[in-house]
Amino acid sequence: MFRKAFHMKIKELRSDAAVLKDLEISVGRIFEEAWEEPVGPTPFPGLVDLRNWDMTLLKRYKPFYMPFCDVCCLCTFGKCDLTGNKRGACGLNMSAQQSRIVLLACCIGAATHIGHARHLVEHLIEKFGRRHPIDVGGVNVEVEAPVTRLVCGIRPKTLGDLEDVLDYLENQLTHLLSITHTGQEGSNLDFESKVFHAGMIDQVGMEVADIAQISAYGFPKADPEAPLVELGFGAVDINKPVILCIGHNVPPAIGIVDYMTENGLMGEIEVCGLCCTAHDVTRYNPKAKIVGPISWQLRFVRSGVPDVIVVDEQCIRTDILLEAQKVKAPLIAASEKNCQGLEDRTHDDPDKIVEELVSGKVPGVLILDPEKVGEVAVRVALAVAPKRKKFKVIPDVDDVIEGAKRCRQCNQCTRACPNNLPIPTAMKAAAEGNLNPLDEIYDECIGCIRCEHACPESLPIHSFIVKAAEKKMKSETFKVRAGRGAIQDVEIREVGGPIVLGEIPGVVAFVGCANYPKGGKEIAEMAMEFAKRRYIVVTSGCAAMSAGMYKDEEGKTPYEIYPGYFDAGGLLNVGSCVSNPHIAGAAIKIASIFAKRSLRANYEEIADYILNRVGAVGVAWGAMSQKAASIASGFWRLGVPVVVGPHGIKYRRMLLGRAEKEEDWYVYDARTGEKVYVGPAPEHLFYAAETKEEAMVMIAKLCMRPNDTTKGRAIKLTHYIDLHKRLYGTMPEDIHLFVRTLADVPITMKDEIVKILEEKGWKERPIPDPTLLPRLIRKRKEGGEQS
Amino acid sequence: MTEPWQTAEIPGPKKALVITKPEIVAAMIKKAKRPILIVGHKAAEIDLGEEKLIDYLIRFARKTNMPVVATAHIVGEFLKRGFKPAAFMPAVNIGSRLADPQWDGLDGKGQYDLAIIVGMQYYFEWLILSGLKHYAPYLKTITLDNVYQPHASWSFPNISLEKWKENLKVIMEKLEGGE
Repeated sequence: MFRKAFHMKIKELRSDAAVLKDLEISVGRIFEEAWEEPVGPTPFPGLVDLRNWDMTLLKRYKPFYMPFCDVCCLCTFGKCDLTGNKRGACGLNMSAQQSRIVLLACCIGAATHIGHARHLVEHLIEKFGRRHPIDVGGVNVEVEAPVTRLVCGIRPKTLGDLEDVLDYLENQLTHLLSITHTGQEGSNLDFESKVFHAGMIDQVGMEVADIAQISAYGFPKADPEAPLVELGFGAVDINKPVILCIGHNVPPAIGIVDYMTENGLMGEIEVCGLCCTAHDVTRYNPKAKIVGPISWQLRFVRSGVPDVIVVDEQCIRTDILLEAQKVKAPLIAASEKNCQGLEDRTHDDPDKIVEELVSGKVPGVLILDPEKVGEVAVRVALAVAPKRKKFKVIPDVDDVIEGAKRCRQCNQCTRACPNNLPIPTAMKAAAEGNLNPLDEIYDECIGCIRCEHACPESLPIHSFIVKAAEKKMKSETFKVRAGRGAIQDVEIREVGGPIVLGEIPGVVAFVGCANYPKGGKEIAEMAMEFAKRRYIVVTSGCAAMSAGMYKDEEGKTPYEIYPGYFDAGGLLNVGSCVSNPHIAGAAIKIASIFAKRSLRANYEEIADYILNRVGAVGVAWGAMSQKAASIASGFWRLGVPVVVGPHGIKYRRMLLGRAEKEEDWYVYDARTGEKVYVGPAPEHLFYAAETKEEAMVMIAKLCMRPNDTTKGRAIKLTHYIDLHKRLYGTMPEDIHLFVRTLADVPITMKDEIVKILEEKGWKERPIPDPTLLPRLIRKRKEGGEQS
Repeated sequence: MTEPWQTAEIPGPKKALVITKPEIVAAMIKKAKRPILIVGHKAAEIDLGEEKLIDYLIRFARKTNMPVVATAHIVGEFLKRGFKPAAFMPAVNIGSRLADPQWDGLDGKGQYDLAIIVGMQYYFEWLILSGLKHYAPYLKTITLDNVYQPHASWSFPNISLEKWKENLKVIMEKLEGGE
């Protein structure tokens, strides 16, 4: 356990010198005594406090490693060839090395969120004071920080309380990172346990960041009717000066909005964003606009629309200064984590900075004061816009055709393209005046421009693609509901029962980055399919944007079609990356508020509850980053399976169940202590799908849980079978593993399924009160097996 | 020198032997005691001219009596063509089973000694093959794709569609056994 606190009570102490009565001394962390809920077994858990739970999960969901590299090059012993059974000079084998790299990735991800949270909390304390109250939903949200309560065992009430939580997270993170050093951990499973730990503290760090900014900035507070904001390239009014904010840490963008408001400039300038800063600035002011996910960076910048570019931290193209210079847009770097080689002008006179940026004397500046960023960005945008006249580097059609004629058809672009897009074929057509194939490539291009770097002719291929798709790109005007933040306690009370009993077939969360295999439209298609089927669909981050980029025949976008309530058929955007814990928090609150399980520092029991009862699945279809890795690992430890798109296989390790191994799928019946076979539910904990169709079927399957009632299981089976038949063209072959009694069988498919059950030699089995934790068995069967 | 199709996908010291003659594939298949064919979703998309890749693979499977595992959602494409694969399951599922020395196989008769893999996204197949290279020493792997997959035991180099079609044709000709 992580310990910092010392708390002593003395009822009466007599000595020669004095008599002391009711003496109470506290040093360091104090556990709140007014909170009636008792402190659970694992407050502020250390590296091994939840190891048993991790090993329980890992026994069922075994790692399947697919090394991304055969060697290790992390120390000067190396490079060491770890192929097959070989061990490196330090003694490490391939499995341990792969899990070590996963841990490293998750430490990077967790550090990014925790560092982000630390910066936000410090900034907000400076601005609003340490005693500023945590309020994420007023009376509608009493459980204000479910992940923090669960992990740490405290209820943060003020911004100052969050500092204590961050101390713990930073302590754990330091230990976790140290484990990746040469000559530390040697077991792959222990590395994996620490991966889960990194994910868990990452969830806390994200929660700290989001509840701090919701409370201080007045973001929507668990509001199902958070305003609809404009989304897409075409949503930005190019007749106005445009300030583009990129990144994740919102204070500089808020500085811009505040300066505009204070100076009566709202409506005069467009403030728009890419990636999570875009979400958060629209949570602050819904008049700001979201251009799109991370992949839209270059297409938007090169189009010349932004007059000033402001970057904070995370997921920003590291060549943004070069790209900004190409379109003569001044760049303001606003984070000490991303200085871009620029001079620190934080303490300089704004007049001087503005003059130098407007004249082009300097291409950009570093300003580490969000308010000053606001003033400088706005003044520069107003002054620069008339001079720039939206200067762009997107070529004219004639230039595209002439450029395409220089294409050697060498295939280097396709071989560099993550999605293997047929660029040479499109270039050949373009050389003949047909830009349609390039236009088609736009839909699946993730904007990485590896093609350009590979081209021996140095052709600006991405710009060609953008030109070919210009009309389509400019017509991208959609809506996304501003990030609502937490799920209300009352919403949980209403849906907790139907979810746990299985009558709401599942909660599907589309989260993460935009490294899509076939464009963002697949996210919108999947999200709508599950919302239409009355699942609860939750979104965050870049996926939340992609989910909105669709229009029906009436021109309505998904967030206009489906309500923002946490209820069957809802489509909810919780917000940015750091809003993800509201999704985990909803699952936790189902256990706490609906099922009345003790939440405080009671991680293992709540995770066991979620794994066995809450049909939630995370989908990170375009997962790209180390942050996405740590976010996913936080869900794994909590018992929530995660599906990634095909690029997600590059995380090099899956956590897969084996449906046919009957012995893996027993749980305890908490009522009797008997071990009961429950089938492979959920079958996997981490899984990469090859196609959208495969993912959709798996999502439906992974929503099944041992606790489902017969009615709930029948509903879930209906969706699984229906999707399987439609997308696979046949019945699933594992239905018998999910039917426990004949009452589980969907009534409309009874004849067909009963026939299959007979062929498979199926036998009825009981539905337990499921748990993997022997200590939760309420009544021990005499002579029964206990472990 | 043969290079991976995706330029940066450099694996490590152990790389696939290059199939310089298609006869090698036929010989490997004949030599194998327990071969298995794993077909990814792109097999239904890849156009060989007169037929799709999946059509060729069905003929190939019939000729060799090799059990077929259809990954992703492609089972429906097989069924439409009147061919029932031995199994269908996600690629990571079959990959992890092939990497388990204790697995009894689709028919309960034990692990396989040759896996022919074809038709997935390049990078996806690259990693499945990597898992097998490191964790299934009892298993030889061949990819029938027209791009070099360094983690396989045997792979074609990066070859044109026409050259690929020729090679596939020769493999079929060299295989014995009736349909």
